[in-house]
Amino acid sequence: MRAWVFGNDVDTDVLAPGRYMKLGIEDIARHCFEAVDASFAISVKPGDVVVAGRNFGAGSSREQAVEALKHLGVAALVAESFAGLFYRNALNLGMPAVVCARAGRIRPGDSLKVEVYQGVIENLSSGESLACEPIPAHLVQMVRDGGLLAHLEKRLLQKGASHGSRPQG
Amino acid sequence: MTCKVDLAMMHDSGGPRRVRPMLERLGAKVWDPSKVVLITDHYVPANDEESRAIVRIARDWAAAAGIGHFYDAQGICHVVLPERGHLQPGMFAVGGDSHSPTGGAFAAYMFGIGATEMLGVLVTGEIWLKVPDTIVMQFDGRFGRGVAAKDAMLHLIGRFGMDGGRYQALEYRGDAIRALPMQERMTMCNMAAELGAQVGLIGSDEVTRQYLDRDIEMLESDADAAVLEHHRFDAAALAPQVAAPHSPANARPADEFRDVAIDLAYLGACTGAKLEDLRMAAQVLKGKRAKTRLLVAPASLRDQNAAAQEGTLRALLDAGAELLPNACGMCAGYGEHLMPEGAVAISSTARNFRGRMGAASAQVYLASPYTVAASALAGRIRDPREALA
Repeated sequence: MRAWVFGNDVDTDVLAPGRYMKLGIEDIARHCFEAVDASFAISVKPGDVVVAGRNFGAGSSREQAVEALKHLGVAALVAESFAGLFYRNALNLGMPAVVCARAGRIRPGDSLKVEVYQGVIENLSSGESLACEPIPAHLVQMVRDGGLLAHLEKRLLQKGASHGSRPQG
Repeated sequence: MTCKVDLAMMHDSGGPRRVRPMLERLGAKVWDPSKVVLITDHYVPANDEESRAIVRIARDWAAAAGIGHFYDAQGICHVVLPERGHLQPGMFAVGGDSHSPTGGAFAAYMFGIGATEMLGVLVTGEIWLKVPDTIVMQFDGRFGRGVAAKDAMLHLIGRFGMDGGRYQALEYRGDAIRALPMQERMTMCNMAAELGAQVGLIGSDEVTRQYLDRDIEMLESDADAAVLEHHRFDAAALAPQVAAPHSPANARPADEFRDVAIDLAYLGACTGAKLEDLRMAAQVLKGKRAKTRLLVAPASLRDQNAAAQEGTLRALLDAGAELLPNACGMCAGYGEHLMPEGAVAISSTARNFRGRMGAASAQVYLASPYTVAASALAGRIRDPREALA
């Protein structure tokens, strides 16, 4: 997992610019981070990690901001802190978002192993191990299921199955 | 904790276009269509094929799902929602838009969520919440002439940063807040989003009752309620503020930007083009002529009609304003007008992120409607108190 490193207050408009919002996710993703780093959408590889400073995801409720990163294959988001709404969106879309107070130690291009559920980042480039806050316990299953939609689908299926097996009359 | 939702508001961008396919995949129905309000404001007027398709989905879905509270191209959701009487004190509400904290002006706990989380609400009628701490922002005294809610918010964001609210609950208190009309209170709560709070709340009072024009519950915090931080400000000492590109946190007194030349002045959005906002601009512009291009997109059709009736709109048009549709428009990079490379604007909107209103090289300064109007007159950024003197 290669690290892409950005600063504080990365906003949702830079992740999913408004003028492309009427289009599908493929087209939005092509312009992800365009205003600050035009090489990102071209060069990012599946499994890469996006690392930022404070308040990652400030701004809009548009979840295409997360979906664009997901579409490009980004495997996890790491930040000193996240904007609350963006953080909820990330987990709801099954994108692991990890709060790491020492995210500033990570350099562009570092090779990382992000242990989302253990709450630790191994920086294979520097040899450092960085502690993170774990994903809130009540949301772990949802993230493991791949997000809220898949999680609800599973729950509704289970509910349907248990109703179906109930003795009739 | 998990809470039952009293009201769920959606717009055309994050609403049916996103949730309908998910509802279909789940084979699920809306838990209570009477608690859903749908408002088209992002892709209206629909000027191209993609926009028409998005708006069509909203209309079709409203009919199919039995959404009676559907407002089509009547203005921006955060303004239309209370204007049509859907909010009341004590409500627990969600909105599919980040400026949903605007509802907190009516002592409703209202916050923004994304489309997938909205799907969860539509299916279950519930949402999880971490009980927030309260951060009190108290403004004592009275705001001076030419100073508005927008200035108070830019000042707070400049001082505490875009994450100063730490996704907790902001509560605005003090005589200066009590003296604000309803739509100015909405601006305070609207920009709780830029301060990084989950909600911005103001207790209900006679001003709330008069706006809603019905009996309401009078709600305010208990005197002994736990408070995480309590900040106090002298409202009279606050000067008009301007936030430099590309963050609302770059706010400083307007005078420090004096003589920055501008190409465009924009009065728009839920933050900056409500009737009260148009009135502020008209006070400055009345009988004068703007030196720069001045675009005005009134936040709702009803506000625009009221502004026309009372002469406010006339004052703006006579000053050279061009009237744009009652929609989100340029604020978020939607609509026909986008800023070209290198253009410089002063805007009454809430966000000046790089590239948001057009080209990445465009420069957007944020300010109150007073300051936007005064700057339009001068062709340069100006403290509006000179023009009002």
